[in-house]
Order: sequence, then C-alpha cells, then structure tokens
Amino acid sequence: MIWNWEFVWAEALPPLLKVVHITVLATLYGFAIAAVLGLLLALLRRAPVRLVSWPVVGFIEYVRSTPLLIQIYIVYFGLLPALDLDPTPFFAGVLALGIHFSTYTSEVYRAGIESVPRGQWEAATALNFRLTQKMFRVILPQAIPPVIPALGNYLVAMFKETPLLAAIGVLELLLTAKNTGSYTFRYIEPFTIVGVFFLIMSIVASLGILRLEDWLKQRRPG
Amino acid sequence: MSDEPIVQFQGVTKSFGDLVVLDSFDLDVAPNEHISVIGPSGSGKSTLLRVLMTIERIDSGTIKVDGDYLWHMEREGRLVPANEAHLRKVRGKVGMVFQQFNLFPHMSALRNVTEAPIHVLGMAKEEATERAVELLNMVGLSDKMESFPAQLSGGQQQRVAIARALAMRPKVMMFDEVTSALDPELVGEVLGVMRTLATEHALTMIIVTHQMGFAREISDRICFIEGGRIVEQGPPDRIFSAPESERTRAFLKAVLEV
Repeated sequence: MIWNWEFVWAEALPPLLKVVHITVLATLYGFAIAAVLGLLLALLRRAPVRLVSWPVVGFIEYVRSTPLLIQIYIVYFGLLPALDLDPTPFFAGVLALGIHFSTYTSEVYRAGIESVPRGQWEAATALNFRLTQKMFRVILPQAIPPVIPALGNYLVAMFKETPLLAAIGVLELLLTAKNTGSYTFRYIEPFTIVGVFFLIMSIVASLGILRLEDWLKQRRPG
Repeated sequence: MSDEPIVQFQGVTKSFGDLVVLDSFDLDVAPNEHISVIGPSGSGKSTLLRVLMTIERIDSGTIKVDGDYLWHMEREGRLVPANEAHLRKVRGKVGMVFQQFNLFPHMSALRNVTEAPIHVLGMAKEEATERAVELLNMVGLSDKMESFPAQLSGGQQQRVAIARALAMRPKVMMFDEVTSALDPELVGEVLGVMRTLATEHALTMIIVTHQMGFAREISDRICFIEGGRIVEQGPPDRIFSAPESERTRAFLKAVLEV
C-alpha cells in the first residue's frame, strides 16, 4: 500500500507539527524585513542624486535576476561571515528571504507612490512641507493602503519559498520531512503532508488578503 | 499701498521644451493689491502662479517676494540659485489654491487645515486647531470639520482649500482658476469667500480666472496676457470698457459673448 495512515499519525506528522512554527516565523520575520527594506529601496530609488538611485536600481536588478538559493548561500556563507558575524542558519535564511523579496515589495511601493496624483505633491509644496514630511504625511498614507493586497501576495510567495532554507540546514518543514524519510524509508507521507500544509496555509492567507482588501475599501473615506 | 512691490517678476522666462510659456515676463504687484490675470488657454496664466509657488522652475530672470529673491539668493554680492532652505523661507510668504482643490483625501477637513501649521510652522496643536476652526467658520464649513474631502461637494472642498492656504498666513494668495472644476451652482459660494477675503482682509491676491464679472468687481487691476507676455493691463473699468489692444478686445468679445 502506497499510503499508510498509521505511519502518518505515529511518525510522519508529529515531527512536522513541532517545526511548523519555524516556517511561519521565517515567513513573518522575512516579510517584516521585506516590507521595511522594500520601502527604503523605493524611496532611495527616487533620490534625485544618481549616485544614490543608480546603485539601488543595480542592486534591485541583481537580486531579482539571480536565484534565491544562491542569495541564501551568499548571505550565509559569504556576507555575514565577511562581516565577522556567526549567524544561525535561521537568521541568515530570514535575512536572505527579506532581502530577496524587498526588491519585489519596492516595486509595489513604487507603483503606489506613482499612483498618487501630482496635485498632492504640488499642494504639499504650496504648504511648504519638507521632502520627508511630504512623503510620510501626504504621499505614503495615500500610496500604501491600495498596495497592501499586492504586498500580501508577496507574503504568500515568500511563504512558499521557505523550504529553500533547508539548503543551509534550517530545520523547517521540508528538511524535517526529508529526515523522517531518510530513517523510515517512507517519503510519500511526510512530503505529501508538507504539500498539504502549504496548500492550506496559502488558501488561508489568500482569503485573508481578500478580507483585507474588502476592509480597506470600506475604510476609505467617502 | 507702499511703493515697494510685494511681488516682482523681472524678465522671467519659462519654457516647456520649445514652447515658451513666460517670455521675459515683467510684473509688479503692490501689497494688498488684487490682480486678476486673464487670457486665452496656454497664455501662461497658470505657469505664472506655479513659478511663484515654486512648483515650476524658471529658466531665467528673477522673482522677488516681499524684498527677497525667490529662485535666487545673494552670496558675496552675486545671485546664485537658491538652496532648499532659502526656497522654503521665501515660499512661506505665498499661498495657493488650485483648480482641482488638491485636498489631502486621507485627512478630515479640520486636519487638512491644521497639518501644515503644526508641522511646518511649528504651531501648537491647540492653537492650530483654534485657528482652523475660525477659518472653517469663515468659509461657512463649521459643520463639516470632521468630514473627509470625498464626503464634501466641490464647492465645499474648494472652501476648505482656501482655509488651508490661509492657515499658513501667506502675504500673497494665488487662486488658479478655482471655480473652473465646479458645477455652475457651486461657483457662487467660492466666489463669495474670495469676495470676503478681498474686502475684509489685508491680503495681496493674484487671481487667474475666467469669471470676468467677478474679476471686474474684485480687482484693482486686470492683466491680459498672451504668449507669455502682458499685452495690456489697467483698472478693470478701462480694460473691460475701453481696451486699447486689439487682442484684448477680441479676447473679451469672445469670452463675454459666451
């Protein structure tokens, strides 16, 4: 028999349940980095000084054009040790996820900022706001709410990339399933459970984003 | 009125690509003077206001506001391009109301009016709120303080925008076709507020408008501009009843016959 329920309850599921939080935390921490760093990149990209904006564009292009797995290796084996840091695999993996997805969230923020009508900038100039005040008091409060659903899509995308952290030894769902398989010689159950887990979480997250979109629409004044 | 102009354009040129919008433009505005700028579309009326508000840069010439250069600053006896600090200092003397209102949609009417006084002028929140309430009362919106722009009519939004600009205590107020985006029945309420400002407050006003009757009634001087230059200027009665320039005559004939 291909599928063994007894094996599922006794050996495959318990170790996976113990590490679910690692996958969830890696996603949440990674997304927090992506949300903040992405905004910073979007703002720096708009800098009037090319010495600032061009390296940012170069960085975004590089990160988006190279595989996440390579970036995880670079951060864990290269970048952090070069800075004399001895990171845990979890820390390095979360950082790499955050950096990688910040290049996508920066584009989302950019689209949001560009969607704010020009007249808002002009009114802010006429009221003599400083550039930072214009951005944080006038533009971003209008630019961010409409792009929250798009940011949420990247949260789901990032969640689905967390198994790559297994490559540097983060004991998350995939590596745990693989370990179970390697000492029981049964792979189908643990890997299927991991797949189902991702499916459930993705559906839940997508429904959450839809609810969030509705809430944002209702909350918009007028 | 004192002799020293509060606004002085000297040889100001502004182009967009090959299109010269202001062409060696000269204009002096006296303190507390009310000027209406009229002219055909594309004549440079709005650009005139936008360069004075520092929304558009000028290509050459100088603008002075209340004795200070706007786009320039003096360094070792020479005029050099103004830095941001200088621009902010001089820009603070000027306020502007836009055709499309440009209220901040995420803020209530009251917060639209208090936001800049608190964060730009450094006014205490209580003082800014007190002043905003006073201004919103003046423009007839005492019952709309907590409403968001999307909940207000165009005329109400424009009146909030006037209160917002006044809250910064500008010496010069500019109005850029402020009734053009309004339904005809809402025009009167905005003009009413401007009329009050002109008659009851000491304020220099530069008004770009297509409302010829209003311009005639409220202005000390009418400037007819075309091709980025003043074609003719003078007291409203003379401009409207006996214009000297053929172009002014043709323009007025066309707009007054509509």
